[in-house]
Amino acid sequence: MATTITVKDLTKRFGDVIAVNRVNLTVEPGSFLTLLGPSGCGKTTLLRCIAGLEDPDEGEIYIGDKLVFSHAKGISIQPGHRDLGLVFQNYALWPHMTVFKNITFALEIQKLPKSELEKRVKEALAEVQMSGYEDRYPREMSGGQQQRIALARMLAYRPKVFLMDEPLSNLDARLRMDMRAELKHLHHVAGATTVYVTHDQVEALTMSSKIAVMKDGLLQQLDTPDRVYHYPANLFVADFIGNPKVNLLDGDANGNNSVTVGDFKVEIATYGMSGKAVVAVRPEDIAISTRPDPGAVEFIAYSVLPSGADSTIVAHRGDIEVTVRVMGISKIRLDEKIWLKFDQQALNLYDKESGNLVVAK
Amino acid sequence: MTNAAITPSPLLPRLLATSRRFFRWVASPHVVLSLIMLAVMFYMVIIPLYRMLMTTITFQENDLRYVRDAVAGEFTAFHWLRMLTSQISKIMTYEPLLHSLTISLGATLLSFTIGGAMAWMVVRTDMPGRKIINVLAVVPYIMPSWTIAMAWKVLFNNGTTGGVPGVLMFVTGQAPPDWLSFGPLPIIVSSALHYYTFFFLFVSAALMSIDSSLEEAGELAGASRWRILRKITFPLVIPALLSGFIMTFSKTMGTFGGPNVLGVPVRYYTLSTMIRSNTTISAYGDAFVLAILLILFSMLTIFLNQKIVGTRKSFETIGGRGFMAQKTKLRNWRGFLTTVIVIFQVLIAVLPLVLLVWSTLMLRTGDYSLSNLSLAHWIGKSDVSINSGEPGVLRNPAIYRGAWNSIKLSLYTAFFTAFLGVILGYAIVKGRGTRLAKIVEQLAFIPYVIPGIAFGAVYISMFTKPVGPIPPLYGTFALLVVVSVAKHIPYSSRTGVSAMLQVGRELEEAAAVAGANAWQRFWRIIFPLTSTGFVSGFLLTFITTMRELSLIILLVTPTTAVLASMTMRYIENGNEQQANAVIILLITLVLIGNFIISRFRGGSLKKGLGM
Ligand SMILES: Nc1ncnc2c1ncn2[C@@H]1O[C@H](COP(=O)(O)OP(=O)(O)OP(=O)(O)O)[C@@H](O)[C@H]1O
Ligand SMILES: [Mg+2]
Repeated sequence: MATTITVKDLTKRFGDVIAVNRVNLTVEPGSFLTLLGPSGCGKTTLLRCIAGLEDPDEGEIYIGDKLVFSHAKGISIQPGHRDLGLVFQNYALWPHMTVFKNITFALEIQKLPKSELEKRVKEALAEVQMSGYEDRYPREMSGGQQQRIALARMLAYRPKVFLMDEPLSNLDARLRMDMRAELKHLHHVAGATTVYVTHDQVEALTMSSKIAVMKDGLLQQLDTPDRVYHYPANLFVADFIGNPKVNLLDGDANGNNSVTVGDFKVEIATYGMSGKAVVAVRPEDIAISTRPDPGAVEFIAYSVLPSGADSTIVAHRGDIEVTVRVMGISKIRLDEKIWLKFDQQALNLYDKESGNLVVAK
Repeated sequence: MTNAAITPSPLLPRLLATSRRFFRWVASPHVVLSLIMLAVMFYMVIIPLYRMLMTTITFQENDLRYVRDAVAGEFTAFHWLRMLTSQISKIMTYEPLLHSLTISLGATLLSFTIGGAMAWMVVRTDMPGRKIINVLAVVPYIMPSWTIAMAWKVLFNNGTTGGVPGVLMFVTGQAPPDWLSFGPLPIIVSSALHYYTFFFLFVSAALMSIDSSLEEAGELAGASRWRILRKITFPLVIPALLSGFIMTFSKTMGTFGGPNVLGVPVRYYTLSTMIRSNTTISAYGDAFVLAILLILFSMLTIFLNQKIVGTRKSFETIGGRGFMAQKTKLRNWRGFLTTVIVIFQVLIAVLPLVLLVWSTLMLRTGDYSLSNLSLAHWIGKSDVSINSGEPGVLRNPAIYRGAWNSIKLSLYTAFFTAFLGVILGYAIVKGRGTRLAKIVEQLAFIPYVIPGIAFGAVYISMFTKPVGPIPPLYGTFALLVVVSVAKHIPYSSRTGVSAMLQVGRELEEAAAVAGANAWQRFWRIIFPLTSTGFVSGFLLTFITTMRELSLIILLVTPTTAVLASMTMRYIENGNEQQANAVIILLITLVLIGNFIISRFRGGSLKKGLGM
């Protein structure tokens, strides 16, 4: 049975640094939550708090019904009694033990019978496609293989919760792609509630049921990958997610469903908002044409960057720069006049001052 | 939504939560170990130092002889005034201080010259036979520091103060002049020949750590050879040089063996021998004033070192890495220089041993001819005409007891030191960044700044009375173990910390997540991963303890005597040949120990020469 993880008002300080700042989140049973954010935003710290490797300064953590940490009640359950498994960024395989010993360490502590140990090791190694490596030492394996053993070690003792801290970041690009697919499959098979740390947005978008975007210890948005991508809660998330980056156009909202950006107007639902605003539009939500088009705005092609499956075009109009992504190899030439049309459905409006998404009241 | 968290909860649950948190903190392994270590170090270092200081500012039983209306235990500036301002202060304090400074300075300069020149040739020239020189350079340092002093006496003794006349006198028929037989010159030379190793290793490490590309860059930029040396090489080596300088200086300041063998007979006292002569007449107050002076001087040099070289760096200067592309070509001199150096090294490594052995084989004292050779001093039965009736050393139960004491002391010390090292390493590394760990680390550093003889003196004042639950230890073998372990704390904590740093914290955390408790984590993860550090720490402490003299000389009794202290006692009683036989035994033990170490550590001795 998969469990829920609930984090309430969690704060962790290191001296003056607030690594995790009043974070609230719930991970649904059996779901895959990704903690995403730039370096130093507190992802690892939050994960370690859940694991019990750090003592938070405030707040509570529940795993299932069990209160594993509470500042107010002075409770903190040892990591080993939280029924969770953790995969470290650098694998942390014990160098003086063989693969077999590495995997059975936790099982021996649980005093499982020997026959069970062997069965578990076999199963776990088969799951990560490393059968037959029982007698190897960690240093006798490649990074990718060590990575799989670290996973097997966690799988073998069947915890209710999987925690992983950038488990793929030390692998090369190719291997990372393969492992993503395998991890997703393993999660599906094991059905354990998973918290996964990464600063790679593609990884987050491809693997998660939900993404928690963090910045400076603060939770920015907790949502499905789809909503995080299409409805970023604030300018930070909008800017952080997506490659090429979202276009953020400064303008003035006039309260009647249009925003003036430079010398042109963008039609957009403003929900009565007026004043300094930012229009966000993803590069792939812009239609491009070499001919004038009603409702389209004239730009100059500044730079064209084809990359096989798609092309990125950087367009200028005065001070305003817009990035556009189109499928295939673009035929547009430099300095050519082009007309851009924003997909109205895909536009988001932000309050310039607070940086928050403007939504219906 | 979080109103509940903001409203203050009732007092009782809050108190409960706070105490739970507190106990959880106290019960975490590194805190428990830190607190234990604090208690241990407080007991082994702080209390003794405090007692020593108190002794110098209160009247002692012994003082009642000099001061009529003194009451033992009462506060007084008597000792300080007596040692620093009275008429006897010149003989008791200032002359010994001057002598100590002279010897340290002389020995440092001389060992710098020998060691530095050799290091430069080995590292920076194309001289052949560098391996051999490297190995031989370590030999004098392995032997007890007063070996060469004793051999010196065999060679140069002129008989003016009694004792066995030297070889030189036998061969030439004339007594060598006093300045050659005793006093500053012999002490300086014999210490330098011991400590030059220290410098050799220091300078070669410094030279090796210079990245030759820096120099090449200078050359490409068109700088002259001399300019490169001055502008690039020197600034890079000088901190290490200075550091070696200051450390050799402070080491020789506190040395006891050489000055006792070659200085005391002609009343040429240093601080260390003066401390000893005061403690032998129970003038502890006076002795401790001198010990405190010695400590202050040592602290001053180390402080200077840290000012100049940067905090703690001197503590780990050895071990520079780097690769030297460019070597000075010696051309025709190559073979010649190697020959000279190797002969020199063999001489100072082998000649002392030959002299010492020979002197022990001599039946009638002062007659070094072959016909006079005999094994009487080794296996002879007790005979009143020889050695005031003591039997040959191999028939003498006291010698066996001493040898066994030496081995026992070294084993115990090595074991406890290595053990403390692992615990200190764990406590310091796991607590990194907390104030507690910082305090532990700093306390562990204190014994480093206290010269051996002063450290021994510190322990006299302690342990004559019970301290808390611990019985008085004065005169016991346990006291020797305690003082040796305490003196090694800085080294053991350093070894422990570096061993622990190699074990990434994730390795222990992974075990914690897997459900292992602190005990299981220690024995199944931490200990196996640091055991090589444990073993090498053990072996090195074993060797250094075996040849330790200054530290224990003030604390041994006839029943707890070890070989090292026995050499001194025999010398002081005028049985030089037996003293020489004992030091030969000691050297044999040390060499066996070293052989075992080099088996274990792939021949690398440098790391653990106690620097
Ligand atoms: N043990 C520690 N002591 C002091 N500060 C720490 C400690 N661990 C983390 N921090 C600080 O807390 C903040 C959050 O660190 P954390 O490791 O959680 O970031 P992260 O999001 O995992 O970053 P990365 O992507 O680089 O791994 C950083 O500012 C970091 O410097
Ligand atoms: Mg991290």
